[in-house]
Amino acid sequence: MNMPDVPQVSSELAWRDRLARWTLRCGIRRNRALVKSGLYRVGEPAPESPVIVTANYRMTFDLVRRDLAGIDAWLLVLDTRGVNVWCAAGKGTFGDREVMLRAAVTGLERHVSHRVLVLPQLSATGVSAAKVRATSGWRVVFGPVRSGDIAAFLAANMKATPQMRAITFTLAERIVLVPVELVGAFAGWRALIPFGLLALGALVSLGDSGATIAQPLVAYLAGVAGGAALVPTLLPWLPGHALSLKGAEAGAVLGLFAGLALGAPPLSIGAGTLLSGAVASYLGVNFTGATPYTSPSGVEKELRVALPLMGAAIVLAGVLWVVQAFLG
Amino acid sequence: MNGFRYLSGVASLRLDAEKCTGCQVCLAVCPHAVFGMAEDRRARIIDLDACMECGACANNCAFDAISLTPGVGCAEAIIYGWMHHTEPTCGCSGDDGSPASACCGGLPTGATEDPVSCGEPQAPA
Repeated sequence: MNMPDVPQVSSELAWRDRLARWTLRCGIRRNRALVKSGLYRVGEPAPESPVIVTANYRMTFDLVRRDLAGIDAWLLVLDTRGVNVWCAAGKGTFGDREVMLRAAVTGLERHVSHRVLVLPQLSATGVSAAKVRATSGWRVVFGPVRSGDIAAFLAANMKATPQMRAITFTLAERIVLVPVELVGAFAGWRALIPFGLLALGALVSLGDSGATIAQPLVAYLAGVAGGAALVPTLLPWLPGHALSLKGAEAGAVLGLFAGLALGAPPLSIGAGTLLSGAVASYLGVNFTGATPYTSPSGVEKELRVALPLMGAAIVLAGVLWVVQAFLG
Repeated sequence: MNGFRYLSGVASLRLDAEKCTGCQVCLAVCPHAVFGMAEDRRARIIDLDACMECGACANNCAFDAISLTPGVGCAEAIIYGWMHHTEPTCGCSGDDGSPASACCGGLPTGATEDPVSCGEPQAPA
């Protein structure tokens, strides 16, 4: 049966789609990455074909349609304002109301012979299956966490294995976050920090060699590398549980080596280590926003301890550089 | 979850086993296997420290057996809330000048294989 009023989407990703994914990974034009909400056909869906529900963030939409290759399904794309499933569910835009509204305005019940909606498991923070059923009659089934498991989930009569239900944070899943973390570290007013540190270097080196002038800046860059690149990459292996601690460790080690490599005087090496550690600690604790396992209670607890320590380390770093300048 | 443990003893999750009917929806929606079934066919919290307080379980418990303070475990959101005297607010909308961190962003979303980032809320295209 042909349904001319329901647009078809391809399960093939074009080179433009892949390019878009990688620019988004770098934080470029993320705020304009949305897909038109509505009902789409994947393959040749029949009235009894499953309805897969997702968000209208471009990367989400692209990966879901890619993973639906070979499956005939209805794809109901909610208006989550271009935000991914989990964030949108947390904000309530991927919620009971939007699920029921989108099903109603697309006339979904005219296209299917059943009343089952397959939602991503991580939308459960925003969607109450019981409330949707009581209000609209649609039966929400929470599918797997990852779209890559949808085919196996459907093949198993909509039964999820414990592996499909569990969130992961693999090395590959962490490394793809490094570009956006690095870009973020220099976004907005933060782009001015390196110039300030060059000025500080010039001031405290008092006409000394180029290496000493650059040392505060190099220490800062070491901190950024530690917090934005090493913390995501080495997350499970950095000692401790608090992300501020993991960041401080990565930053301090890099800062220390940077100071030694530049042949800086002892107090300046100490200052660089402190600055790098504080910067990486801040970026490390901010990475909690990207991890799928940190609780708000835990983040608040570590922030109360870590933020004053970061401030103290930065002040002490400044004092050490000035003292070293007077010692000559 | 495979090797990742966050701070222990902080999660606000509570389960009133008296109200539990054993429907197991909490087991289905929890991404961290926090719940298990006891011999009395009611759910139990078996791994409290794995809880990230996302609130999926409480939102889907039809019998009000689960309580917690849900929220985003994101430092940027919590600091934003402190500075503006509001609830923790995820700054990934970008319109407040907040940096484009992976906040919100890096979460592996419900429907994708890879972690994705979030975009600014806008009118539909």
